[in-house]
Amino acid sequence: MKHKTFFWFFLPTALAMLLFIALPLVSIVTQSLYTAHEQVFKTVENCGPFGCKQETTIDQEATAALRDEKPMGKWAGAQIYMDRGHLAVNEVRAAWRSSDSWGAFLSQVSNFPFYSALAFTLTFMFVVTPLCIILGFAIAVGVNSLHRHLKGLVIFFSLLPMIVTPLIGSLILFWMIDSRGILGSGIQWLFDDPNLSLKASTGLTWIMLMVYGVWHSAPFAFVVFYAGLQTLPQDTLESAQIDGATRWQQIRYVVIPHLMPLVTFVALIQMMDNFRVFEPIVGFNASAHATSLSWIIFNDLGGETRQLSAAAATSVLTVIGVAILLSPVLVRTWRDFNEKT
Amino acid sequence: MFLKKVATAGAFSLMATASYAACDIDGRVSIVGNEFPAIQTVGKGAQECAGGVVKANLTADHQKINVAGMQGDPAEYTSAIIANSSIVALMNEDVIRPLDDLVAEHGADLKPNQMITIDGKVMAVAFMANAQHLVYRKDVLAEIGVEPPKTYEELLDAAKMIKDKGIMEYPVGGAYAAGWNLAQEFTNMYIGYDGAFFKPGTAEVSINNESGIAALNMMKSLSAYMNPDFLTHDSNATSAEWKAGNVALMNMWGSRVGPLTETEGSTQEIVDNTAIAGPMTVGGGETPATTLWWDGWTVAKNVSDEDAEATFKAMMHAIRPDILNEETSPQAVWLIDGYEPTDAAAGVFDAAERGSVPYPMLPFQGLLHTALGAELADFMQGKESAEQALADTEAAYIAAAKEKGFLQ
Repeated sequence: MKHKTFFWFFLPTALAMLLFIALPLVSIVTQSLYTAHEQVFKTVENCGPFGCKQETTIDQEATAALRDEKPMGKWAGAQIYMDRGHLAVNEVRAAWRSSDSWGAFLSQVSNFPFYSALAFTLTFMFVVTPLCIILGFAIAVGVNSLHRHLKGLVIFFSLLPMIVTPLIGSLILFWMIDSRGILGSGIQWLFDDPNLSLKASTGLTWIMLMVYGVWHSAPFAFVVFYAGLQTLPQDTLESAQIDGATRWQQIRYVVIPHLMPLVTFVALIQMMDNFRVFEPIVGFNASAHATSLSWIIFNDLGGETRQLSAAAATSVLTVIGVAILLSPVLVRTWRDFNEKT
Repeated sequence: MFLKKVATAGAFSLMATASYAACDIDGRVSIVGNEFPAIQTVGKGAQECAGGVVKANLTADHQKINVAGMQGDPAEYTSAIIANSSIVALMNEDVIRPLDDLVAEHGADLKPNQMITIDGKVMAVAFMANAQHLVYRKDVLAEIGVEPPKTYEELLDAAKMIKDKGIMEYPVGGAYAAGWNLAQEFTNMYIGYDGAFFKPGTAEVSINNESGIAALNMMKSLSAYMNPDFLTHDSNATSAEWKAGNVALMNMWGSRVGPLTETEGSTQEIVDNTAIAGPMTVGGGETPATTLWWDGWTVAKNVSDEDAEATFKAMMHAIRPDILNEETSPQAVWLIDGYEPTDAAAGVFDAAERGSVPYPMLPFQGLLHTALGAELADFMQGKESAEQALADTEAAYIAAAKEKGFLQ
C-alpha cells in the first residue's frame, strides 16, 4: 500500500484512538497526580427544622482564591498511588516487618482495599477465562455436529446469556439464588442445610460470581469458535478419518491446531474483559465479600464526596495491570508477525 | 400512542379540576432527586407547571449524578432534591445558589423552619422530616407478651424469645447492606452510645474508642437474629422481608412506613399488625440511636436568573399546602403548612421530641460514611476484630481526607 493511501485509510481510526484512548489516558494520569487544595474551614451557624447549630463549613471565598491561582489543584506526585487506598507502600512495609510468616503477611496485606480487590480480580480472571474457552469450544463442537434444522434455534439460545445486559442478568440471578429464591432453596434442599446462603459466605459468593462470569461470556467464545469450525479443512479431516482416527483424535490433532490462533484471540479479549469485572459485583450486591479494581473506582466516585484523584489513580493502575497481563500475548503476536515478514 | 395521549389528557383535566392552583413559569426546570413516594409527589407537583419544560429525574442513585449535573454552565439540573447529608457535597463544590432574593419575592408561604440557612443565607427549602425508628408486629409481640422495646437490649431479648418460641427464624430486620446503609446503621448506634465522630473543630477522626466498639458489638449481636444475607439487604429488601412476614422488629425509615401498610406483596394480617414506635436508645444512653433528617430542594448556581426563578416557582408549587390529601399525607412528615400528622408520623415526631441528633452537616462526614460502608463489612462477617475494623476505617478516611484537602 502506498504511504498516502495508508495515511487516508488509517486517519479515521487514528483520530478515534486519539480522542477515545489517548486523551482520556492523559486526563486520568494528570488527574491522579493532583489532589484538591487545602480546604479553608470556617465555623458558621446552620439553621433548619431541628434548630440551629454551630458547624464547620468550607470557606468558599478563600478556597475559590486558591483554586483560581492553581486551577489544577495541588501537585501531589505519586502520593495518591502510595496511600492506603492504592499501593499502601508504608502499610505493606509495616506489615512485612511485623509479621513472622508469609501467611500472616498476606492476611495483613489482603486487608488493604487495593490488594483485596486485586486478589479477587486475578482469581476471577484466571478461573473464568480458561473455563469460558473450554466451555465455548465444547458448545461450538456440539452445535456444529447438530442437524442443520436444529442449528439456528440452538445457536440463538446459546447466545442468550451474552445478549442479556450484564447488570440485568446478574440481578435476575441475584434474586434466584436468594435463600428464598428458586435456586437458593434448591441448593438448600440439595445439601439438606436450611441455613445455607450463597450470599452470606465469601467463598460461595466468589464461586457464584465466577459461575455467572462463565455463564455470561461463554457464548462469546462459542461464537468465535463456531465461526472457526466453518473454515475447517475437510480434506485433512477426511484423511484423518481414513487413517482411523477416533472422534477425540480428530479434535485433538485436527480441530484444535486449526483453531489455536482463535484461542489466543479469545483469551486476549476475555482476559481484558474479566480484569475489568464490575457488573456482577454491583448486581449481586457482593461488595462485602468481593471487590474488583473497577468496583473501587465506582465506589470512589459514588460517595457523597467524590474522590476524583483516587479514582483516577486506580484507573491508571488498572491500565498498567491490563498491559502487564497482555504483554506475553502481545510479544508472541509481534514475534509471529516478524517471522512472517 | 393514541391511548397514551388520551390518558395523559384525561389525567391533566382531572388534575386541573382537582387542584386549581395555576403555576405559570417562564424557563427551564430540571429536577434530580431520590426516589421514594414523598419525593415522587413533589416531582409530580412541579411537573404540573405550564409555560416551560419541567423534567424530573428521580433515582436512588441521585447523589452519584447531582454534583456532576450541576457543575456545568449552564447546569443540566436546575434543582437537586437533597437531604442534610447530601447538601454538603453541593456546598463543598459550590454549585447551589443562595435563595434569599427568591424567597423574598415568591416565598411568602414558607415557614421559618423550612428554610435551611447556612451562615445566614437560605441555601435550601425543606419540605419533610425523616428519621429511622422502631417498626414492630403487634401480634408477634402480644404472643410473647412483651411491650414494644424502648432499648436495643430489650429488642435483643424480644428477638430471642421470638426465635426460641419458633415463631420466626430471623425476627430482626435491618438495612445492613454493605456501603451507605451499613455506615448509616453504625452512625445511629455510635450516636446512641454518645460517640463523637471528630475532634471538635477539626477534620481529625476519632471513632476507634469504647463507643465505637460497643456500637459494633451491638450491631453484631443484632445481626445474629437477621437473615444471613443481611449484608446485601438495603431498605427495599428489608421492607420486602417485612411484607413477606419474615420479620417482627426493625429499625426503619419513617418515609418507608407508608408502603408497609399496603397489602400489595403482603397480607392483610401483616398490614393490620404493623405498628410503629419511637427510636430506641442503647447502652443506657439518653440520646436515641438514630439521626434526624430533612429533605429539601435547592437551586443550581450555574443557571440563568429566569431558569432559577422558574425552578423556584415550580418547586414552591410542588410543596404548596394543596398537595396534602389522604394519599400524600401519610407519605412523610411534611413540614408544609396545614399538615396534620398521621399515624405513620408518630415515630419521626417521637424521635424529634426526644432530642435525637440531626445527621451531621460537616464537609468531611461523607468521606467517613464511605469509609465506614466499605470497612465495617469485614467485622460483621467475623473476619476481624472491632478494633481492627475501626482502625481500618480511620486509616481509609485519613487517606481520603488528605486527597480532598481536609487533612494535611
